[in-house]
Amino acid sequence: MQFTIEVNNKSIRAEKGETILSALNRNGIIIPTLCRMAEFTPTGACRMCVVEVEGRDRLVTACSAPVEEWMKIKTHSPRVIRARKTIVELLLSNHPDDCLYCDRNLDCELQRLSAEMQVRERRIRGSKIKPRRDQSSPAIVRELSKCILCGRCLRVCEEVVTATSIDFIGRGRYTHVGPAMDRDFNFSSCIHCGQCVLVCPTGALHEKHYLSEVQEQLSKGDVTRVIQYSPLVPYALAEELGVKYNRDFDRLLNAALRKTGFDRIFLSGTGTDILITELTDAVLSARSKNDRKPLIVSACPAWVKYCEQFLPELLPMLSTLKTPQQISGAIIKSVVPVSDDRSRVYTVSVTPCTAMKFEARRDSMTRKGISDIDTVLTVRELARLIVLYGIDITNIDPEPADEPMALRSSASLLAESAGGITESVLRSLAARIGEKGAEKPALKKLRNAGNFRETIVTACGESYSVAVVDGLKGLARIRQMIESGAKYDLIEVMACPGGCVNGGGMLPAGSREAVKQRSRFIWQTDDQEAVRGPEQSASVADLYGRVFDQCSELSDKKLFHTHFSRREVLL
Amino acid sequence: MNKIDDILSRYREGSHENLIPILQDVQEAEGYLTESAIVRIGGFLRMSTTKIYGLATFYDQFRFIPAGRVHMRICNGTTCFINGSGAVVTAVREALGIEPGQTTRDGRFSYELTACQGGCNEGPVVCTGENYHTRVRPEDVPELVSKLKALADTR
Repeated sequence: MQFTIEVNNKSIRAEKGETILSALNRNGIIIPTLCRMAEFTPTGACRMCVVEVEGRDRLVTACSAPVEEWMKIKTHSPRVIRARKTIVELLLSNHPDDCLYCDRNLDCELQRLSAEMQVRERRIRGSKIKPRRDQSSPAIVRELSKCILCGRCLRVCEEVVTATSIDFIGRGRYTHVGPAMDRDFNFSSCIHCGQCVLVCPTGALHEKHYLSEVQEQLSKGDVTRVIQYSPLVPYALAEELGVKYNRDFDRLLNAALRKTGFDRIFLSGTGTDILITELTDAVLSARSKNDRKPLIVSACPAWVKYCEQFLPELLPMLSTLKTPQQISGAIIKSVVPVSDDRSRVYTVSVTPCTAMKFEARRDSMTRKGISDIDTVLTVRELARLIVLYGIDITNIDPEPADEPMALRSSASLLAESAGGITESVLRSLAARIGEKGAEKPALKKLRNAGNFRETIVTACGESYSVAVVDGLKGLARIRQMIESGAKYDLIEVMACPGGCVNGGGMLPAGSREAVKQRSRFIWQTDDQEAVRGPEQSASVADLYGRVFDQCSELSDKKLFHTHFSRREVLL
Repeated sequence: MNKIDDILSRYREGSHENLIPILQDVQEAEGYLTESAIVRIGGFLRMSTTKIYGLATFYDQFRFIPAGRVHMRICNGTTCFINGSGAVVTAVREALGIEPGQTTRDGRFSYELTACQGGCNEGPVVCTGENYHTRVRPEDVPELVSKLKALADTR
């Protein structure tokens, strides 16, 4: 039902049941918000969005108050503007004021609000928050002095990620955000997914930077520098740099990376292709042994840590295959070194993920103390590196990546969207047993919305049942399904809702629709590309047909597997 | 651990609403909230330890380190404050070398600031278990502390 309300002496249409904020936004009026997150229940905690409602003594929070027929609203009266400005001034009163040195300089919501509210002098002086910098996690840094206690991170951690690793600790001016027992991140149940980083309005939570390490290696003389990037990185980088993406951008990135000083450029997508091939093998061999235990995909390092902590009973079903990044890393450190001197090869991986930073440090990802992947960068960090080295990516000539991992199939790009790995495996499976294109409508189901999806695909008289958990909230559903007797051949779990397209190392998407938009790009590309599966990829054929056989370490493919074990943390 | 099992047996599993009563019982039994107790309660109530710790730190009544053998509760209510409890707190801080909520290394002392204890006409008031010390002046603190030290050594 629609009705008319009066806003700033003009009539606008409002929908019954919606909030004042949504009615205003639809009618071209912007109200500043801070603690609000799209698709979450509003709390009205920060009070940035207050408006004046005639007949009410106190200002009303537009984000949480439902709109009503009798309302006469003033959105930018002197009283409202003064209130909003005071809120920003109070937030700034104990803020460290080191914007020039802050990770989020020029990209900070508090900074932006302060500019919007025309804060030009320090009217309120408070004692600064005691600096405390938690660098114990390999992926995420927590700087308490910059925290404005909006509570977005802990809501995401509880309501989306379901890890509940952080909460408000203490009361009043001692309140801060941290893990259980006020420990540092390394003792906590944090799975390094980085969803909190995406929603933090200030520099209080950000990924750990490894750029100085990369710069140091780039200036060394006697090192072979290798970089690999995930299939989504070119698109995400264009987003981050604010340039238009086109089909050539992948090859422009290769050129840019060479200009930065990298000697070899590989595609993590080839690693994804190998993962898809191996997973297909595993599903087929389980079927031939009549083993109806589900195989759970282990390609998401945040999910793997979650499983080790919260669901150790599922570990026996978790595939022992490494993630694409680590599979590529194992190949790089086996193939590239001259006379087996692995320490002279420096490997960097660029991903849309923060948990990969943690994964590269796992024990089983090193050989004789030398990591397969030395440094993991997020897309945001790569953008900074390219800017730092003064490369105009729109004004260079495209170049190919290097053999033996120069090509990827579109299936590996598909894997960056939740459900994509499953879809790719099913496609490979059909291709392997000679069926032309697996049933499209059945596969399409894997691209639906929601945090749980399932489908059944029949190939050569055999039917395969698969499930996708898109965001860890979907785990509740799969548990129900398994308890009620459902049998699955393959279960894919992605910690970030939407998959890697919504990873902690990406430009914050801001809404479910924006995440979906990235997935749509992936699906479109998948439709247009010629090489749609690992079985068609020349790189995969070369690796399996020649490279693996020539390299003693790779020939038994043991390096592609790892092991997982129960992890004791404060849950 | 047995004590905690006893306490938990009186409550329903997974009943979030019982968190505060459980924490109070555990603190009563053990003197403070240990990490293992919090983990145990989290498992029982199917709640994240992060949430439990976050809630417990909101309230002054919960401790996470053992109290001293003598625990001083210094009244910081309005009347005691006007009568100079601030100076008393400073004197105690100097005498013991610890902040409110902390415990001395030897385990003898701990102290906290409280809301009004109801002895306004006799303030500032310092309560040590069953004894009330009234009209405490900062210069009385060293003597009071040495008297309490003897008391602590008998415990």
